[in-house]
Amino acid sequence: MEIFNLFIKSIFINNMIFAYFLGMCSYLAVSKNVKTAIGLGIAVTFVLTITTPLNWFIKTYLLVPDALIEGLDLSFLAYIMYIAVIASAVQLVEMIVEKVSPALYGALGIFLPLIAVNCSILGGALFMDQRNYTLMETVAFSFGSGLGWFLAIVAIAAIREKLQYSDIPKPLKGLGITFIITGLMGIAFMSFSGIKL
Amino acid sequence: MSTATADVKVEKKRESLFSKKNMRLISDPLNENNPITVQVLGICSALAVTAKVEPAFWMALAVTFVTAASNYIISLMRNAIPSSIRIIVQLTVVATMVILVDLFLKAYVYEMSKLLSVFVGLIITNCIIMGRLEAFAMGNKPLPSLLDGIGNGLGYGAILLSVAVIRELLGSGSVLGWPVLPAGYVNNNLMVVPAGALFTLGIIIWAQRSYNKYYETE
Repeated sequence: MEIFNLFIKSIFINNMIFAYFLGMCSYLAVSKNVKTAIGLGIAVTFVLTITTPLNWFIKTYLLVPDALIEGLDLSFLAYIMYIAVIASAVQLVEMIVEKVSPALYGALGIFLPLIAVNCSILGGALFMDQRNYTLMETVAFSFGSGLGWFLAIVAIAAIREKLQYSDIPKPLKGLGITFIITGLMGIAFMSFSGIKL
Repeated sequence: MSTATADVKVEKKRESLFSKKNMRLISDPLNENNPITVQVLGICSALAVTAKVEPAFWMALAVTFVTAASNYIISLMRNAIPSSIRIIVQLTVVATMVILVDLFLKAYVYEMSKLLSVFVGLIITNCIIMGRLEAFAMGNKPLPSLLDGIGNGLGYGAILLSVAVIRELLGSGSVLGWPVLPAGYVNNNLMVVPAGALFTLGIIIWAQRSYNKYYETE
């Protein structure tokens, strides 16, 4: 039940976009239409769910004090290890997907390299590290966060598609109005806070 | 590339360090080519630390250092990096710089390091840094790259601080912890929650773009 609670919380309450602003760059750049937004959203969920537990293993069996050799503390290497794991996992996932499912590769292909430097992926690893999640919690947290990110980018893309027909002051067009709408969506998501299952 | 030739180039460049062209490298990103409001980069970490002015200041400082230092280092190595693995090389350099910053913050301003928490680590994936490395440092000499890094860091810092000043002023009635607004002021909680950052930045972008007459065509 705790695990499920964490899962729901990561989707709605501690949403990567609305609560922590993580992955904003690609969120703003790739949200002009719903179709590509869905592609990127799935790719982020996929990679986040794979790399965060991977980084959990790295942390628990390599970096934590005394994990590798008695008396050795490698935790200062955390950032480099996490980003290296993420970059190589993305590369690996790209190759595997290309081999196993060309159709999925066609849909995700262009987005996968982008994801290596998506803040939400590294953010997931760093939150996992900071909050000392167990393995099960890490899985629930990373999958939930990915879904939350997916939800956010698809929603904003749908709104932006409609925005093309509205009369917005010229300097506010594009980036400015997207920020303000994201803020409004953030307020809407705040109403979820306090939910406990 | 041998380091000897690099040094000669640096020597030549040093004579014109304060030339008009080099100064533009610093001044351009402050307004006309601002990394946040015009290039739309590095927003991820820009918003989360702006509820108060002090963390925003340290964040701006950290990002400026990391951008400048990694721009300089990558530019020194630019001819030695095979293009197929350049992303990994860049990430490693940036991550090393960020670890330095993180250890520095932990050693000297521990309170801030606690407050900024994961966002120091997230400087690694700040798109401004990767963007500048790709767009500038890979094709330019070390010193201009250093200036470009400083300029972009400052441009980022300028937006960060303006968002932070507005949010702290309206949200807590103070600046840098000093009460500024009269005692009767009721704090606006909207400014403290994450959504406040988005509204503030949206309005800053609006103001800056109407001033610069920069319009996006969609």
